[in-house]
Amino acid sequence: MKIKTEAGERHVLAVTVDNEAGILAKITGLFSARGYNIESLTVADISADHALSRITIVTSGPPAVIDQIIAQLDRLVPVHQVTDLTDHGAHVEREIALVKVAGTGDKRIEALRMADVFRAKVVDTTLTSFIFEITGTSDKVDRFIALMRECGLVEVGRTGVVAIGRGAEAL
Amino acid sequence: MTEMSGADMVVQALVDLGVDTVFGYPGGAVLPIYDALFNHPTIKHVLVRHEQAATHAAEGYSRSTGKPGVVLVTSGPGATNAVTGITDALLDSIPMIVLTGQVPTNLIGTDAFQECDTVGITRHCTKHNYLVMDPDRLGAIMHEAFYIATHGRPGPVVIDIPKNVQVATGKYRVPEKIEHQSYRPQVEPDADAIAAAIDMIAAAERPIFYTGGGVINAGPDASAALRQLVSLTGAPVTSTLMGLGAFPSDDPKWLGMLGMHGTYESNMAMNRADLIIAVGARFDDRVTGRLDAFSPDSKKIHIDIDRSSINKIVPVDLAIVGDAGRALDALTAAWQDKGHKPRDLGEWWRRIDGWRATRCLDFPEKKDAAADIMPQRAVKALFDATRGRDPIITTEVGQHQMWAAQHFGFSAPNRWLTSGGLGTMGYGFPAAVGAQIAHPGRLVICIAGEASLQMNIQEMGTVSQYRLPVKIFILNNEWMGMVRQWQELTYESRYSNSYSDSLPDFVKLAAAYGWTGLRIDTLGELEAGIQAMIDTPGPVIVDCRVAKLANCFPMIPSGAAHTDMILQPNDITGTMDDEAKALV
Repeated sequence: MKIKTEAGERHVLAVTVDNEAGILAKITGLFSARGYNIESLTVADISADHALSRITIVTSGPPAVIDQIIAQLDRLVPVHQVTDLTDHGAHVEREIALVKVAGTGDKRIEALRMADVFRAKVVDTTLTSFIFEITGTSDKVDRFIALMRECGLVEVGRTGVVAIGRGAEAL
Repeated sequence: MTEMSGADMVVQALVDLGVDTVFGYPGGAVLPIYDALFNHPTIKHVLVRHEQAATHAAEGYSRSTGKPGVVLVTSGPGATNAVTGITDALLDSIPMIVLTGQVPTNLIGTDAFQECDTVGITRHCTKHNYLVMDPDRLGAIMHEAFYIATHGRPGPVVIDIPKNVQVATGKYRVPEKIEHQSYRPQVEPDADAIAAAIDMIAAAERPIFYTGGGVINAGPDASAALRQLVSLTGAPVTSTLMGLGAFPSDDPKWLGMLGMHGTYESNMAMNRADLIIAVGARFDDRVTGRLDAFSPDSKKIHIDIDRSSINKIVPVDLAIVGDAGRALDALTAAWQDKGHKPRDLGEWWRRIDGWRATRCLDFPEKKDAAADIMPQRAVKALFDATRGRDPIITTEVGQHQMWAAQHFGFSAPNRWLTSGGLGTMGYGFPAAVGAQIAHPGRLVICIAGEASLQMNIQEMGTVSQYRLPVKIFILNNEWMGMVRQWQELTYESRYSNSYSDSLPDFVKLAAAYGWTGLRIDTLGELEAGIQAMIDTPGPVIVDCRVAKLANCFPMIPSGAAHTDMILQPNDITGTMDDEAKALV
């Protein structure tokens, strides 16, 4: 017997939650317990009184599973609001990566030239290394990192995706 | 606002919340709360013999009264022993508050004696949980926890209280408005959806109500509303295991339970219906059978207080999020407002009567006095003997549970206490303890299997201590019968570890605990034995020896459709493929 899996589509969810201990564990635990995917998850406090956090989750699944994920998140007691930005309309997604590249000579020059093309900033340098800060969609960050692998990439740190809907309205 | 110790706050909050009973077991990390409860004038503490039993007793208390059950246990093993009952309450939507002691805040995370990460362990088996680090927050948390446990889809809430928080003083605050800052379950159904539902019901030629535990949870008024709506529409009713009692079993519109061990007429009617009205039920795998063959030609209306239950398993045509009782009331009112008359469902009922004619719950038996007792007969005899006494019935888990569900009739809610979602062996006896505590004068009977009963048999001591007249009626076939039944169906009768070896002498065990023990061996002794159990004051254990190899039918085998029921043992043919074997 073979175990079947279903193909899915990528969705970006914005989740507003009470900023309390254990909430992140509750949400990541829900995903693992029910077998949902997490491609990326970011969380930070967003209100003036530090009472609320916003969690951005990139997940994937068939439409019925995405609907379940939203319903399951929404019924958690500390969750205020769940929005599927992918369904909601146009939105902006950004991710930051810090990319450390070590090397000398042509590779070093090539790394700097490509960083310029990608509008990555140099945030630290030594005679044998750069740290680039790149901001963009996950695709853009992926492509930049792939190129840097050819130019002496030694270390990467990524934030995961944050996203927000376009236009004047708030969620 | 009064300054008091955390332990006193816990007790004061329980008093303010109207709690009269706490099921628990003391230990180092809850000693301050136990001291605050010492000789308490209004709160009765019931000392169990194992923390799991405290949680099931609280479930029994809750399910039989509609009020939340309250549990008090210590840190570490006290909390971990409670986890099974907490999970059981989550799956069956039972409102429950579990107070756990914890090591003092300065020792949390140091692997201190009897420390465990209670909030971590219970995070995914509670509706919500708290670790209280500040005594000033304790009062508000207690009130909020009760709100969460009892509002929306009910469930268990754990409050973990470090010992120094119990000893330290703080300000006890009762929030002016008791609610949660953001948790607002939708209770009132959407009026447009109600109107659309009424049109669908009025137009249906083959409608069926499929009701579940949500109708019980919505209170006795919801059951009354269901009866009214059914009588207005003339449609048949089936129910899940958890929903038994919401609709009277002696009503001609009652088709019996549906699903794996449901009746032929229920499952066939679900399969052939053109409209299913699901009320407080969640399309569990025990109910649906093979999903791609589940009720293929019907429109489906789903009423549920939990939005995540909708479209989880079966896609529906119309969703109504809200309390089952309010939704049923709204449907009734809308039906009457529109002046709908019941449609002529004669053709539908004729088909149902055809399925009924299979008499699927009949079973072969010998009728002479010396014959073995068929377990189904024992349940029927128990039902007949207790008619008019309005008994509360609890069960353990297994064949006996299904026979009880099939052959014991209920005419009102809150009389049937069983572990449906988690299927916890060891639930029934402590649940009977909780129900008997809540209803001291009522006849409370735990229908048990000899294997399940042993999972919490230590509670015989609790029953003796509180002089509870609980009756345990064991259908003793010396097998973990449901396991054996599946081994016959799936594994060519290789009985791997399913024989109940080395059983105790239950009659002597009864005597050891100061109970009355009775044994029934043959059909001729059955009625008198049951009568003796009912007539004997105090706790009674009945060791009713039943036919050893009887199996529970009808049955939808795993991986099969509603229309592929096994009605009798000799219908079993062939072997199962791996796809079917992999299903639970």
